[in-house]
Amino acid sequence: MVSRAERGPVADWFWTIDRLFLATFILLMGVGFMLSFAASPPVAERLGLDSFHFVKRHALFLLPSLSVMIGISFLSPRQVRRAAIILLGASLGMMVLVLFIGQEVKGSMRWISIAGISIQPSEFMKPAFVVVCAWLFAEHAKQPEIPGNLLSILLFGIVGALLIAQPDLGQTVLTATVWGGMFFMAGMPWLWIIVLAALAIGGFFAAYTVLPHVAGRIDRFLTGEGDTFQVDTAREAIIRGDWLGRGPGEGVVKRIIPDSHTDFVFSVAAEEFGILFCMVIVMIFAFLVMRGLSHAFRERNDFNRFAVAGLVLQIGIQSLINIGVNLELLPAKGMTLPLISYGGSSMVAICVTAGFILALTRHRPEKRAVERSLFRSGVGVPAE
Amino acid sequence: MSFLSRIMLLKSKAHFSAGGNNRAPETGLNVTFQGTRKKSASQAKSRLAILIASFGIVYVVIGGRLVQYGMANPETVSSIGRADSLMASRPDLLDRNGEILATDIRTVSLYAEPHKIVDADEAVERLATVLPDLNAREIYNKLKSSSRFQWLRRQLTPKQQSEILALGIPGIGFRPEKRRFYPGGPTAAHIVGHVNIDNRGIAGMERYIDNQGLADLAAIGMTSDAKLEPVRLSIDLRVQNIVRDVIAAGMKNYEAIAAGAVVLNVHTGEVLAMASVPDYDPNNPAEGAEEGWMNRMSNGTFEMGSTFKTFTIAMGLDSGKVTLNDSFDASAPIRIGGFTIKDFHGKRRVLTVPEIFQYSSNIGTAKIADLVGIPGHREFLTRLGLLTKLPTELPEVKAPTQPREWKKINSITISFGHGVSTTPLQTAVAGAALVNGGKLIPPTFLPRTEEEANNLASVVVKKSTSDSMRYLLRWNGIAGSGKRALVPGFNVGGKTGTADKVVNGRYAHDQNFNAFLAAFPIDDPQYIVLTFIDAPKTGEGGGRTAGSNAAPMVRDIISRTAPLLGVEPKFGEDGSALLVSY
Repeated sequence: MVSRAERGPVADWFWTIDRLFLATFILLMGVGFMLSFAASPPVAERLGLDSFHFVKRHALFLLPSLSVMIGISFLSPRQVRRAAIILLGASLGMMVLVLFIGQEVKGSMRWISIAGISIQPSEFMKPAFVVVCAWLFAEHAKQPEIPGNLLSILLFGIVGALLIAQPDLGQTVLTATVWGGMFFMAGMPWLWIIVLAALAIGGFFAAYTVLPHVAGRIDRFLTGEGDTFQVDTAREAIIRGDWLGRGPGEGVVKRIIPDSHTDFVFSVAAEEFGILFCMVIVMIFAFLVMRGLSHAFRERNDFNRFAVAGLVLQIGIQSLINIGVNLELLPAKGMTLPLISYGGSSMVAICVTAGFILALTRHRPEKRAVERSLFRSGVGVPAE
Repeated sequence: MSFLSRIMLLKSKAHFSAGGNNRAPETGLNVTFQGTRKKSASQAKSRLAILIASFGIVYVVIGGRLVQYGMANPETVSSIGRADSLMASRPDLLDRNGEILATDIRTVSLYAEPHKIVDADEAVERLATVLPDLNAREIYNKLKSSSRFQWLRRQLTPKQQSEILALGIPGIGFRPEKRRFYPGGPTAAHIVGHVNIDNRGIAGMERYIDNQGLADLAAIGMTSDAKLEPVRLSIDLRVQNIVRDVIAAGMKNYEAIAAGAVVLNVHTGEVLAMASVPDYDPNNPAEGAEEGWMNRMSNGTFEMGSTFKTFTIAMGLDSGKVTLNDSFDASAPIRIGGFTIKDFHGKRRVLTVPEIFQYSSNIGTAKIADLVGIPGHREFLTRLGLLTKLPTELPEVKAPTQPREWKKINSITISFGHGVSTTPLQTAVAGAALVNGGKLIPPTFLPRTEEEANNLASVVVKKSTSDSMRYLLRWNGIAGSGKRALVPGFNVGGKTGTADKVVNGRYAHDQNFNAFLAAFPIDDPQYIVLTFIDAPKTGEGGGRTAGSNAAPMVRDIISRTAPLLGVEPKFGEDGSALLVSY
């Protein structure tokens, strides 16, 4: 079935997939499922549900997520691009719809219910947006007469406006950072960088002055005054866990952390499994990002380079924001830990990202510059 | 909709460019195209390197933060006070033979960190299964409070601790604590005293050692969990046990409201035993509250009644104005200022001094006091320490009361024990001075040698007075009201006192305060035994006077404790040692 001599699609996939990436994604999903046992029962009990309600739902979403990831990883770069364009169109359409028929949760319109399943379209927008932008940047780099950069700025404007309309400031910041990172990579002139940085700072101050809840959060972060219950309990959980943790099921502080199964799963992991375990999680993410970026470094194809770098940036920055909030390095911001946190929509969407990464990093001998690798791959290069 | 059409446009372009991309490079048709691509590729690579470096920095920051959290001491998270103060040691209290009167045992106390409590209702419900007497409302309020630390129950048993642990309630915990334990329970309660929940001595010798600097040591944390040198008391636990047993039985049998006794070494001032009932269990001071807390021996003052005649006669003898051979006319009552002084056992004749003592003649003692005079009377009682607060280690000592102005009537009533209220302990101490050769020795609850006692002692009566008093006490023991105190072999001498109690400002003839001041062996006194019994309804032989209840208590104490005190019995005809051969 996976014979090298007679290559069918599966054998092809098997021999060309980046197995370290695949293993890392599956490992993170496994860690997430394991942590679900620790982090979600208190929330379920608080909501009056069966203790393992969220664990079961987590398990339920694992299979479709995995299928989506593997399925997408079969796509060729061109198919990835097409899929991304369709997905971007669909998710942008739904993000418009959300503003009118969405479910209001905690003051934001982010969710839309389709056939009984709640979907957060902005989650699916992210990988699609990254891939489409990568394509626009690549086209512009290849043929400067194509206004790829301009189109991507327009696209970012649309996406940003839709996100702020929800409002979902966290996703806006994430999308802006990823987009900025890609633009930076694509050769944004330093003058633009300065202008955009000024714009970002201006936007930040605008958000600070216009949106009171944002101002409140930033004030709390800077002064440490006011209702800092979430981050205080998160810190207490981590410190209580110490290096080796209290042991599975021994967490106490985790019971009082709000959103322990989503935004603060990292703190729960620290309390029960220890800070060393958290360092391992951080290292896995760091490995993912570094490997993705070094792949982009070696990649000869601009589209692949920008897309892979943008996609790992998306996972990397999202994880950094989440961990940063847990460690009180950033102001409190609702952001899931990719592949680990509970959340059906977000997990499937992250698996789309992972699938795109896998698809774009598949071994294509004619396009790789092995001689200038920044980080030498740990996997043996298949014989050619 | 313009946006969607634009996407479609881009899509068609994508087909074109992607196709071109796949095929064009090898053909080398577009050289400039290749060049821009190379340029953009190298720029992208350098920018990627910048991105990689910035990610590296961020990961280092996160790693540093994790290390910082890992180094943080988990204890600082919760605002619980240092454990040291709870583990502060107290020295063991031992009796003179090294038996333990008070010691520290380790226990655990249950606390809650309310901010960690998930479900207060459930926690209260489950705690109540182990601690049924828990006040559910109070505990609930504590768990709901916004504080970060609340004691729920102090000093649990190991069984309770393990049961609470098994409940698995989050947000609660245990702290080790030292708890004071008194193996003897109430036996020496009033001497040893007790501590409060924070292990501070609040009564008895426990309070005394705190006042001696232990509390200051504890405050600066010097006593935390350290083994302290035990404090040895002068108490003999065996004697103490008997004394308490006797007075408890006496109070019950004679239907009294209170009783007390002290055994005092006349040569050193050491208190060998002292008990007052009702008493309390220092392990659980709240039980038997209030009436049991009062140490009537040192903290209660009473009009001693006829026992005081001992001091009046000693005063007369010591002044030189009276000798044992003198006689006083006691045939007629004394009338003064509207009062009539008569004798209880009226003989209506002239009485010698020993007869005055033997028959406890009020008229006779009044005449002796009159002979000495008011200033002399007052001075003598002051010299014996009966008018000033007793100096000793116990914190619970009450000062005696006396008339603000001594008139003749006061001197007369005081001569037979009314008008001055003293503590039973200080009466015993003054009595010791009358039989030990005239030395007044401040009493102590700590071991003391005779030399140390002599350094502290002050001579208050002449040797001859002391000898005469021993004779009188012995005579009264044999022939007077003290007969029921006699113990074969141990020459007991003593003086009874049956005082009418003051009830609502008047002397009540049906309520007495009875005391018996005894010394033994009276030919060479070593110990003073003083008993009192408050408002007995009956006595041996049916009488209510001191001779039938306070005196038998002295007998019981001496007969049971004399062997323990090392006093040799003398069964000879004349009170001398008897040679026995078996």
